[in-house]
Amino acid sequence: MWKFLLPAVMFAAIIVLFVVGLNPQRDIHALPSPLIGKSAPQFTLTDVLDPSRQVSNAPLHGQVYVFNVWATWCAGCRQEHEALLAIAKQNLVPIVGLDWNDDRDKAERWLTQLGNPYNQVAFDNEGRVAIDWGVYGAPETFLVDAHGQVIFKHIAPLTMQIWQQEFVPRIAIARRGGA
Amino acid sequence: MNIRTALLGFALVMIGGAAWCVDANGQLEDPALQARFESITKDLRCLVCQNESVADSNASLADDLRRQVREMLVAGKTDPQIFDYMTARYGEFVRYNPPLEAKTYLIWGAPFLLLLAGVGIVYRIMRVRSRMPIDDGMPDES
Repeated sequence: MWKFLLPAVMFAAIIVLFVVGLNPQRDIHALPSPLIGKSAPQFTLTDVLDPSRQVSNAPLHGQVYVFNVWATWCAGCRQEHEALLAIAKQNLVPIVGLDWNDDRDKAERWLTQLGNPYNQVAFDNEGRVAIDWGVYGAPETFLVDAHGQVIFKHIAPLTMQIWQQEFVPRIAIARRGGA
Repeated sequence: MNIRTALLGFALVMIGGAAWCVDANGQLEDPALQARFESITKDLRCLVCQNESVADSNASLADDLRRQVREMLVAGKTDPQIFDYMTARYGEFVRYNPPLEAKTYLIWGAPFLLLLAGVGIVYRIMRVRSRMPIDDGMPDES
């Protein structure tokens, strides 16, 4: 009995391992964020388009918002830009940008040439706010609920499909549950 | 040029090579702090290139994390406080040497489990073989 059952069980286990491990949809470098379910880190930085103005997420407390980390050196950010513009057009939630370890002039050119999907963009040239948010690779997109809690994080470029599948339902639930 | 100048030159070249490895932001003044800085950054994974430590990586995130560790050391933070700060933001994965706790029992225990499984298999094979008739390679006489 053992002789036949053991190889069969091991074979089944290996198949399960392969199906899960080799799934092309799965990003092996994506890490679960320890921030999910915790308070979004507060920040106050200067506006990337206007150094004399400040951008903070404190006034957003009480509403659901998207926090998107990007940079002009980041190819994935260029890739998701169209999707961000379309998302901004839906006008569902405010989108706050964090321009990470970047150059102000390049960022300004990026936003004027490609279009600006953000309500506000904070300029984090020292990467301190990015560390607080556990950012390790742009683009990263967070969803924060009305209680100021991080409820979702997407690593890798956004697409409309991901937006509709992962973000929109969560926004609806967050609105129904909170605030 | 005598042998001593040649040796000195050689030594300087070697030391110069080593200097490349030192972080561009310079060393901490206190050698004890510098030693702790080196050991902490070696134990932190650079999350951009996930097989390098924060000490070794040239990624800009690693640079930012080194600055963070340096500032926390100067501010008098303890090693556990610095590791807690990092794991609160990046998760346990940021540590190359995760602490032994309920979540990590399997990681730490896996080598011993595999060793135990191996011993079990060897034991079974030996028991089966010891019950087999001894084949001395001679043709059967009967």
